Amino acid sequence: MIRAAPLLLGAIALLLWEGAVRLWHVPAYLVPGPIAIWGAFAADAGLLLRSLASTLAVTGLALIVSSVLGVVLAGAMASSPWARAAILPWAIVLQVTPIVAIAPLIIVWLDDPFLSLVVCATIVAFFPVFSNTAAGLAAAAPELSDLFRLHRAGRWQTLWLLRLPAAVPSFLAGLRISGGLALVGAVVAEFVAGSGGFASGLAFRIVEAGYRLQIPRMFAALVLLSLAGIVIDSGLGWLQRRVLRRYG
Amino acid sequence: MLALDNVGRCFPNGTVALDGTTLRVAAGEFVALLGPSGCGKSTLLRLIAGLDRPDTGTVRWDTPPRLAVVFQDATLLPWASAMDNVRLPLRLAGVDVAEQMRRATAALARVGLQGFGAARPRELSGGMRMRVSLARALATEPAVLLMDEPFAALDEFTRHALQADLRAMWQQAGCSVVFVTHSIYEAAYLASRVVLMSARPGRIVAALESPVCDAAGPEGLDRRLSPAYTAFVGAITQALRPA
Repeated sequence: MIRAAPLLLGAIALLLWEGAVRLWHVPAYLVPGPIAIWGAFAADAGLLLRSLASTLAVTGLALIVSSVLGVVLAGAMASSPWARAAILPWAIVLQVTPIVAIAPLIIVWLDDPFLSLVVCATIVAFFPVFSNTAAGLAAAAPELSDLFRLHRAGRWQTLWLLRLPAAVPSFLAGLRISGGLALVGAVVAEFVAGSGGFASGLAFRIVEAGYRLQIPRMFAALVLLSLAGIVIDSGLGWLQRRVLRRYG
Repeated sequence: MLALDNVGRCFPNGTVALDGTTLRVAAGEFVALLGPSGCGKSTLLRLIAGLDRPDTGTVRWDTPPRLAVVFQDATLLPWASAMDNVRLPLRLAGVDVAEQMRRATAALARVGLQGFGAARPRELSGGMRMRVSLARALATEPAVLLMDEPFAALDEFTRHALQADLRAMWQQAGCSVVFVTHSIYEAAYLASRVVLMSARPGRIVAALESPVCDAAGPEGLDRRLSPAYTAFVGAITQALRPA
């Protein structure tokens, strides 16, 4: 019953919204009501869903690439102080540079628009999964490290049997943050690229609808984006809980 | 078998953890290092284990020994089953998998945990986790078993049971044990020799042979109730009295 509470609140808010829009005759090009938004979605469902799929493809690929890169680089940092000294400053540079500032360059440099979107989203999503994994790799209990030392474990044995499994909870926490950021990165990159006129994702639909003053359609695309964000976050949250059940 | 001569260890912050410590451990002996917190007994154990190096003096072995350590926490991999935890040292040593399983199964049975191989550490009680930790040490068939206050975090009943089991395992395995504790009763019950240490700086102040230790002596509750044990507790307490 309590799980229905957010839905109930949402339904009441939608009713109030629709009522207010009708009561004060707010024009749809300022604030459309939920029914108008639904209408805009229904009219263009095929196109909007294709755009959603395109944005999700960028998001998913960026998340996969940033996790693999994050784990590999964090692993390299954990196994060698030299690698750590070399990698960490550049990872931070990447983290603090606003993606809107580099996105135009990336889009110019890379011929393939899809690829340039993935690269932008990867840059945004990379840091949390990377830094959390690095912290997790360094956080194995000192007594367990002693145990491995005592039994003369090699560097790879220690990494594989102790440090990587010990880093899994941190990795998953980072992955969950990166999941949301990959979507943000994909959207931002589409906004920048959209003005170049070759994109087809949801963010581009928002820009396009804005130019044409199709505000209900703009809202419809926005709702789809939030829903995608919620699904990504709860999916990764489910994965996190499932895996952590094995841990103490 | 083990000889420490004039061993000293000073930490970077200036604390003299250990000063001029000389100790001999013979094969098959059960030595308890007894002293208050900060007397350097854990430092001494780490030096014996080779996890730390002395600043002065030497730690020498007759032959490079097969060592196992049991820490104060059970120190298990939380994501691995009891079986996988027990066979970890064998895996690190490159023992083949069938042999790992055979020895780990036997070790689990020896600590009374047959049938718990698939359990994860968080599904086990504190005493059972410590038994898994013991099994992990036994599976390596160590010549020397080093123990750092392994039962300090357990309740009295579990501790008594594990102490009795440990003596049985020691007698059966024929290994040497160096056991760090801050409990006079634990030292008196377990050890064949009790080495007393004092703090600031950490050093050995006395060593007492147990009057109850012979192999044919009483075990379990009878040992705890024997006059010789009570007398030994008294002797240790007397030796600890400030001069």
